Amino acid sequence: MVTDKKIPNSFMNGPDENGHFGLYGGRYVAETLMPLILEVEKAWHTARDDDVFWEEFHALAKDYVGRPSPLYYAKATTAHLGGAKIYFKRDELNHTGAHKINHCLGQILVARRMGKTRIIAETGAGQHGVATATVCALFDMPCTVFMGAEDVERQSPNVFRMKLLGAEVIPVTSGSGTLKDAMNEALRHWVANVEDTYYLIGTVAGPHPFPEMVRDFQSVMGKEVREQMMEKEGRLPDSLVACIGGGSNAMGLFHPFLDDTDVRMMGVEAGGHGVNTDKHAASLTGGSTGILHGMRSYFLQNDDGQITEAHSISAGLDYPGIGPEHAYLHDLKRVQYVSVTDGEALEAFQMLSKLEGIIPALEPSHAFAHVMKIAPTLPKDHILVMNLCGRGDKDIFTVAEKLGLEI
Amino acid sequence: MSRIETTFSALQADNKKVLITFIMAGDPDAEKTLNVLSALPDSGADLIEIGMPFTDPMADGPAIQDAGLRALDSGMDIKGVLTLVKKFRQNNAVIPIILMGYFNPIYKYGCDIFSKDAAAAGVDGLIIVDLPPEEDTELRVPAQDAGLDFIKLLTPTTKGERLDKVLQNASGFLYYVSIAGVTGTKSANIDEVGAHIIDIKAKTSLPVAVGFGIKTPTDAANMSKIADAVVVGSAIVENIKQNQSSNDLSDIISTQVHALKEAI
Repeated sequence: MVTDKKIPNSFMNGPDENGHFGLYGGRYVAETLMPLILEVEKAWHTARDDDVFWEEFHALAKDYVGRPSPLYYAKATTAHLGGAKIYFKRDELNHTGAHKINHCLGQILVARRMGKTRIIAETGAGQHGVATATVCALFDMPCTVFMGAEDVERQSPNVFRMKLLGAEVIPVTSGSGTLKDAMNEALRHWVANVEDTYYLIGTVAGPHPFPEMVRDFQSVMGKEVREQMMEKEGRLPDSLVACIGGGSNAMGLFHPFLDDTDVRMMGVEAGGHGVNTDKHAASLTGGSTGILHGMRSYFLQNDDGQITEAHSISAGLDYPGIGPEHAYLHDLKRVQYVSVTDGEALEAFQMLSKLEGIIPALEPSHAFAHVMKIAPTLPKDHILVMNLCGRGDKDIFTVAEKLGLEI
Repeated sequence: MSRIETTFSALQADNKKVLITFIMAGDPDAEKTLNVLSALPDSGADLIEIGMPFTDPMADGPAIQDAGLRALDSGMDIKGVLTLVKKFRQNNAVIPIILMGYFNPIYKYGCDIFSKDAAAAGVDGLIIVDLPPEEDTELRVPAQDAGLDFIKLLTPTTKGERLDKVLQNASGFLYYVSIAGVTGTKSANIDEVGAHIIDIKAKTSLPVAVGFGIKTPTDAANMSKIADAVVVGSAIVENIKQNQSSNDLSDIISTQVHALKEAI
């Protein structure tokens, strides 16, 4: 395999007409799904070019989700770390408590345009499941969420939330009973229900057009940051930092800045017990290229191409793959991908709670752990934006357990 | 003429239908798979499909998913699958063998080298579930160059222009997935399948096999009326699971296959 590492004129051109970002992406699905995937692509592209669609999206984003989310200058954190000037993009303030609602809103509008009458989704920690159940309640559509049996146990508050919102939660016991198996099961269910069902994928992964579509809905964050930063500082930021599981919050923040080559970007993967161990979820720093869930990207796998288990303290990052556009940006070196361990994320979780009075989700705690490492080494006029993509209410049980405390 | 062509034309000349049987390589282990495999031709199988296990088989129902996991637990991998075929070929040079599976293990092995090694081992064709025409060039070209047939999947949703696109570059035979669903689950509507096969046959001279949801000799008999071949997979795999510890495993599977062959 020859890797084409030539830098294109724009980093924002992808994907091509077949859904490829360089070598990555594509549509590696069973033939039964192909006509439907092509139909989703057509509906999405029609919607994308329709002002009425975006008016509806932005009206709901404003009044239902609470957009734009604030860009907050973290003064105490900046002083504590003693280096770069730190801002947080506060998507944890959205309705449902994370950025996931952005792409759920966009996708359910596409599903409605396609005339689909029921929604399915996969979820790991339950955040995407809750956001999907929320928009389904809003639009009165039946919703079925596939969730690994193990995650159903670990994330019982979110399971209860989904049920309150009217969704059916199906525990997945096949395979290893985690997020990747929930995604397999959702794809199998979709294959068997192609006529009336829309699969609302929860990250910038899966077959084309999902990585592109989810990115474009999430880019609302990066676009807002551009405007907010111009207002506050009169210039673009120097660095962007975001955590990565599948990569939706990172892609949404990064994408509008990709061609501003002075803006440095860092994606923070979940290093679990360390990327040199067999317990982590860092597909780029500790995996290799492969094909799963409809896309070519980087995956955790053995020499025989069998997918291996991911591990992270954060259920939302516990996925053995990554969105194809991240794989592409990794190879081009436009984005730098690093990892932090469970322990570092746990420390960052507590630090941010105390410093700013913001309890972050364990996912952005990974991003903050990296900020804690690099901010002190950067000059005071260096502006850094971190995506605070989710709030930590859902994680207090996990954190208490790790700290050996009882709630 | 390839083994696949020879098999189809010989049976068609006798006005008989082709029985295709699926088993998962390494389920429950390599030795038992070889025993079952070796007994298949005399039991009535006309073409053998061997599953290559994968951790995340997105088009398979519970029976074949579990068979894949049992196979992986027993240590089966791509090399092991090819070794199995090589050993089987020492005693049978006639019956066609198709490998069925997912792209990632092959991609990891290397498309060129896999195609050459598979052909050298005695494989006749490949069915790769997650390689639609949009993505198949990378494996189809080296596979066909090595003399392997690249067998395409057609489904109830493969109609109109889509059908033309899938038929391009197809070889060997066509595998019609009779239901919109995963393996071993619901049963097909025979009238709809029959009507669709007539549309397909109008556009190609390749034989059409029907699979997914064919479990019993009666299912096989019904489906054989409208197709050139029938594929039985999950039902055999279930039988292997239930009798995996039995010393008579290959006899039990032979009896099942014999009954299927009698019915078509």
